[in-house]
Amino acid sequence: MFDKNLEKNTIAMMDLLPDASVNARAESPLAHLDQFHSHTNIDTDSISLQEKPFLGHLLLRGNADNTAFKDAIKKVLLCELPKTLACIYTNELSICWVSPDEWLILCEGDKAYKLEKKLREALVGHYSLCNISGGQTVLVLSGHHAHDVLMKSTSYDVADCSFPIGKAVTTTLAKSQAIICRKDKTTWELIVRRSFADYIWHYLHDASSEFK
Amino acid sequence: MFSIYCPHCCEYREEEEFHAIGEAHIARPVDPDALTDAEWASYLYIRKNPRGLHHEQWVHAIGCRKFFNITRDTVSYEIKETYKIGEAPAFVA
Ligand SMILES: [Zn+2]
Repeated sequence: MFDKNLEKNTIAMMDLLPDASVNARAESPLAHLDQFHSHTNIDTDSISLQEKPFLGHLLLRGNADNTAFKDAIKKVLLCELPKTLACIYTNELSICWVSPDEWLILCEGDKAYKLEKKLREALVGHYSLCNISGGQTVLVLSGHHAHDVLMKSTSYDVADCSFPIGKAVTTTLAKSQAIICRKDKTTWELIVRRSFADYIWHYLHDASSEFK
Repeated sequence: MFSIYCPHCCEYREEEEFHAIGEAHIARPVDPDALTDAEWASYLYIRKNPRGLHHEQWVHAIGCRKFFNITRDTVSYEIKETYKIGEAPAFVA
C-alpha cells in the first residue's frame, strides 16, 4: 500500500559530522600521506596534484523529466541540473551528471547536512538522496601538463574537442576508475572511491613526475 | 581501438568500459508459481545461440552503469545498433 508518509519525506537523517563535544577527528582517505607530505605533494606551474578532502558528496537520483522534481531542485540549488556528461560550478556547489537519472552534488563538508535537509524538504514523490561523503574524495590535477598526465592515464580522449571545459565523464583511470570533470583549461577534478584513493594518488604522482 | 555507442551517454566509449550480460528481451514470467519446473528452467537457463543477428544485453559498467541492448552479428562480430531497454531493435533476423 502506498505510504502517505513518503510524501512528507519522513526519512531518518543524521548529520554525519560529529559536533565539537565529541572528541573525534575527520580523516581523509589520504591522511596517511601527511607524514610524507613534503615528498608527495606536487605543486609546480607545470603540474600540481592536490586533494580536496572533507567535501560533502550528495548523490541525487530522480526523473529529470518530472516537473515537480526539476522545480524543487531549482528552488534549492538555484540552478538546473546539468545535462548529459556535463558539470556545473556555482559559488557554493559543483554538480556533475553521473547517469540519466543521477547527479553528484559537491559542497563544503559542513554544509552537506543542511543542503540534504533543504533538498528533502523540497523534493516530493519518487527520488533518492544519499550522503556518500565518506565513500569518495576529490583529487585536483592542474597545470599545463595535467592534460598530458591524463592522456596516458585514461582511454578517454581528453583533447579539447572531445573533452571541453564543463564536461564530466565516468571512465577508466589507470587500473581503477574516476569521475573526471574539466573545470577550466588546465584544471581537472577527479572524484575517486575512498578505497582507490591511495592507489590513484600514487599512480598520478608517478605519472606526473616526468613533467615536474 | 574498439568503441561501443552508449545510448545513455550518447557517445562512443572504449570497449573496456562495457560488459556483456547475455541474451536480451527475456521477459520474467508474470506468475512464476504457476510454471512447471521445465518452464522455469527454460526461463532461467535456456538461451538462443544464433548464427547471425543476436540481441544482447550490455551494461556500461565503468560509465553511466545503465543497461542497454546491442544487436550484434555473431559471425562478423559487427555491432549493428545499440538501443535502450524497452525500445525495439531496428535490425531483426
Ligand atoms: Zn553510458
